[in-house]
Formats: sequence, C-alpha cells, structure tokens
Amino acid sequence: MTNDILIFAEQRGNKLHPAALQIVTPAKELAIKTGGKVVACVIGGNISAATDAIDQTGVDAIVTVSDAALENYSALTYRSAFAAALERVQPKVALLPATFMGRDLAPRVGARLKAAVATDVVELAIGDDGALDVKRPIYNGKAFASVKFPTDRLALVSVRPNTFPAATGGDSAAREEIPYAAGAGDDRITVKEVAKAGGEVKDVTEADIIVAGGRALKNEENFNILFELAKVLDAAVGASRAACDAGYQPHSRQIGLTGKTVTPMLYIACGISGAIQHLAGMRGSKVIVAINTDKEAPLFKVADYGIVGDLFKVIPAVTEEVMRMKG
Amino acid sequence: MKILVVVRQVPDSTTSIKIAADGQDIDRAGVKMVVNPFDEFAIELGVQLKEKRSDVEGVTALVVGPKQAAEALRTALAVGCDDGIHLDDDAFTKLDELQLAAVIAEVAKAGGYDLVLTGKQEIDLDSGQLGPALAELLDIPHVGAAVKFELSDDGKSFTASRRIEGAEEVVEVKTPALVTIDKGLVEMRYPSLPNLMKAKKKPVKAMTAADVAGCAEATGAIGGSTLHDFQPPPERPPGKIIDGEPDEAAKELVRLLREEAKVL
Ligand SMILES: Cc1cc2nc3c(=O)[nH]c(=O)nc-3n(C[C@H](O)[C@H](O)[C@H](O)COP(=O)(O)OP(=O)(O)OC[C@H]3O[C@@H](n4cnc5c(N)ncnc54)[C@H](O)[C@@H]3O)c2cc1C
Repeated sequence: MTNDILIFAEQRGNKLHPAALQIVTPAKELAIKTGGKVVACVIGGNISAATDAIDQTGVDAIVTVSDAALENYSALTYRSAFAAALERVQPKVALLPATFMGRDLAPRVGARLKAAVATDVVELAIGDDGALDVKRPIYNGKAFASVKFPTDRLALVSVRPNTFPAATGGDSAAREEIPYAAGAGDDRITVKEVAKAGGEVKDVTEADIIVAGGRALKNEENFNILFELAKVLDAAVGASRAACDAGYQPHSRQIGLTGKTVTPMLYIACGISGAIQHLAGMRGSKVIVAINTDKEAPLFKVADYGIVGDLFKVIPAVTEEVMRMKG
Repeated sequence: MKILVVVRQVPDSTTSIKIAADGQDIDRAGVKMVVNPFDEFAIELGVQLKEKRSDVEGVTALVVGPKQAAEALRTALAVGCDDGIHLDDDAFTKLDELQLAAVIAEVAKAGGYDLVLTGKQEIDLDSGQLGPALAELLDIPHVGAAVKFELSDDGKSFTASRRIEGAEEVVEVKTPALVTIDKGLVEMRYPSLPNLMKAKKKPVKAMTAADVAGCAEATGAIGGSTLHDFQPPPERPPGKIIDGEPDEAAKELVRLLREEAKVL
C-alpha cells in the first residue's frame, strides 16, 4: 500500500461527471496528511477529453483504462478495469462520486479487493493513528455517524455530490495507460441500450437547481408552470410521491425515501407538505425554498426561505422576476 | 430455478431518530421495526416469478438480525415465500456491510440459487453495499437499482433496466445473477391476517455463526469499518418567511436568493 489517494474520475460519453472534479478537493487534503500523491483514474471507451478535463484539477498523476468494451458502464467490466487500476496504484484511499455508477461500483470492487467501504460521505479526515475516519448521513439524514476504517486495508469511499467545490489547478499530470484485460465471465452482462429519458429537461440527480411540485399541482398540465420556472433557472423538475402516484409526473422524478435523494444548490418545493419521507430525499440541499398555502406545513421547518401563498400566483411571478433579472 | 430474497428489518420510516446516551448507536427503545421498503419490492418480485412460472422451485427469504427480525421473515412468508433462513447471532451485530455480505455469501453458496433478489439499499444505514458486494463474493453478475425486469422463457437470462442520471440503462444478464430492486418495479401485496397465521407453519431455519461454514475466515478477511459517534443532523437556522402580495414576495425571494444565499 502506498500513501496515495486515488479518485475515480467518472465519465460517460467522454464527459466527466461534475462530481469527479469535486472529489479531487478532499483527495488533495487527505494527500497532504498522508504525504502521498493524488492519482486520478479514468475508465471508458474514448476518454481523451475526460482525461484532459480531470488534468485541469491539479492531480499529480492520471491512470487510464480504455477499451471499446468499456464504452458503457457494466458492473462486471468496470469492476475488472477499476480493480486493475487500484492494484497498479495501490492507494491508501480511493474516492468515487456517490452517483449511480459510484454507488454501484464501490461495494463490488470493495468485495473483490477485500477492502472496506463507506457510502455517501460528507466529511473525511485521517486521524493521528493513520486511520481514515469519515462522516456520513444515516436514517435518511435524520442522523449522522462517523465510520472508522481499518489501517491495513484499502478504504473505498463514495462522496456525496455537491459537498465539496470543484478543484482547479495545473495540467501537467503524469499519465499512464493500464491495458484492459477482460475478466473471465465479464460478458455475462451486455449493455443493450442507454436510453435518454425526459428529452431536453435535466434529471434531478444532475441539476444544481430543482423545482419540485406536490399534490397541490392537481394535474399534469399544471406542472407546466414549474417547467417554465425550471427553464429560466436551467433547473430540473422533481415531484413528491403523491404527485407521481397520481400520475402527474413519472416516478423517475420522484424525490424522497423511495425516490431519488438529491443535494442541489437550490431546492424549490411548491405545494409539497414536507412529509418525513419527502424530506429524506432533499434535506441535504444547500438552500431550500418552500411555497405553501399552509403556514404550518412541515416543509417550512427545513426551509431557508418560505412564502405562505398560492403557488399558482407565486411561481409565475418568480419566473417573471428571474427573467427580468437575467435580462 | 431457485430464488433467494435477502431481507432486512429496519426502523419504520416515520420513526423519529434519537441518539443513544453514549452516542454510539441510535436509541432503539420503542422503535417500530418493519421490512426494509426496498426489500419488500424484492420479496414481491420473487413471489410473482413463482406464481407466473412453472420452473421456479421455490423462493427462500433470508434475514440477518436478532430474534425480533423473525417478524420480517414472517411477513415474507405470509406474502408467498416458501421458506426462511434466520441468521441470528450476537457476532453478526458488529459486522459491517461487506462482512455481512461475506456471511450471506457462505449461506447462499450452499443453497445454489439461480436468482438473488434484494432491495437497492437499506433505509437505516442507507449504504446500499450489500447487493453488489454479495454478487461479487458469489462471482455472479448484478444489476443495481433495477426498475424493470423480464426473465427469458428458458430462465437462462433476463433483461433489466436501471435509472441513471437522465437516462435508463438496459442490460441483458445471464443467470445466476443478483438484482437489487428500486421503487417502481412492483409493490408488495398486503400480508393478510390468515396468511400471517399460515406463515407460522412454513419452515424457518435458524442459523448461528457456528452453523455457517467458514464464517470467521470470511468476515475476518474483508471490511471491518466501525460506526461511532452518532450525531443529530446539523441544525438549520430558522428560515425567513417572506410576506407580501405574490408579486412582491416573488421579487424579494429572487433578491434574497441572489444577494444573500448567492445561488442564482
Ligand atoms: C414507505 C413510504 C415511502 C414514501 N416515500 C416517499 C417518497 O419517496 N417521496 C415522497 O414525496 N413521499 C413519499 N411517501 C409519501 C409521504 O408520506 C407523503 O404522503 C407525500 O410526500 C405527500 O406528498 P405531497 O406533499 O405532494 O402531498 P400533500 O401531503 O397532500 O401536501 C400537499 C401540500 O400542498 C399545499 N397546497 C395545496 N394547495 C396549494 C396551493 N395552491 N399553493 C401552495 N400550496 C398548496 C397543502 O397545504 C399541502 O401542504 C412515502 C410514504 C411511505 C409510507
């Protein structure tokens, strides 16, 4: 084991996931403590642009594994490629973004390399005994706990998106290409298709701003006023379970315990009461706005800003004001 | 075809979570325990496969946990699983998720299952490590957080979809395999009272660490992270309520978001 910190620079279609730039920030801090290097690992098909992009963050070295078989994510091919990179670099700690890919890959590779794993981490530190100690939300953000890693094993950590600012720095990292060797039986998964969902609107898991609607929207058509606001804010549209179950929006937009967990910079909840299961999916947002006719609605308790009022009047006014501001 | 459903028992999602006095766990007194909602989907999928297909020999539900976790098994049996395995030993309570996967892997290997189903994550620790780690230890493929699942006629493969950022991944996978289930695929039927009574007669095999071959070696060789210092979430400062007519309130909100919160 070296003192290096490796980051998994997640990319799809030669485009880095924004969270890949963010995890370099805690990686640099850890590397100062361990006295090791920060090594980025890029895996995929054609990854030249993604590799150049991660080189803008001031990492010390980059290892790449590229092969046509890695064009799309498969749990099997990616675990073989990522395990090969980890075995080559022998880092003390490896960070991944806690995205669909990172959350799927970390435990699989962790089991393969007999490592220890923590998911969706928001703070990282290395103690005086050299052990990695991290903090993560549990019980849907109703509590936090620290997780201490053993010192004699690789620590694999997925980091919650939007927790750290994107890193910046020089672009002269040493690059090394690791040949891809397919593992036996890796062809047991074939990726048939990656179908873009939702057309031009952003997905809730990749947006910096989310405008979410609840049962109060009453039907699918009324959601258009949220889409209009989302458009001027370059935001995604989310929904409560009540709104999804009623068919106003597809379940792919559901936020909450049994929907998606999101941590955007800004979350605007419109006509959502704020049931504990909804809060579970969005209370990690940086800034929360609640718009509700009922001043007792629980969402106001977690909101930074609230308007007690009719969303059908308030939202169009907000849209107009944002348009004016943006000129 | 044999199906294994891995189930966990978790505090009900509406429970308010208090930190224990010593700060090393949550306060478990009076907490209502339920089947992990994502595992409910896995149970239902397993049961539906058995109902629809003649080649499914049986659906086994497995739970790890103290005596009380038997209730989760009973729910699984009441909605249609055929038999249960209850891994109950004090030694299991200190294991991390990867070590738990190692124990379950030893049990699953002995059972020779073609399909292993479980929830995409547990709603207490929210780690979601068990499924992918178990698949790796069993050396079988897995699909994480599936929202569609279609088994081929011969049962040798299936097609599944999983939602990712802004898209859906469609994969074809050879069995034996493991699938973790997300919301939207199925909803578990309600366990009726008569079925809960009947479930009492279905076979449940209780196993301790001593009954699991290679348990100590398997758990000693992996994971080993420890949870400590539980804390309540950081307090949010009280929010600002913006008064006024909709037009004025909207203006003030946009101003605050831009100048004070700096998010626009
Ligand atoms: C196991 C389990 C899992 C669950 N998972 C989820 C989940 O993932 N996500 C989720 O969201 N829920 C989930 N729920 C459901 C949750 O408990 C609530 O039922 C749901 O969130 C309510 O949705 P809502 O806020 O849209 O509707 P309601 O609770 O009906 O609230 C509607 C709100 O709109 C306000 N309103 C009405 N008219 C207007 C108007 N004109 N302008 C402004 N405000 C108005 C009302 O005052 C009210 O506060 C789950 C429940 C369970 C048991």
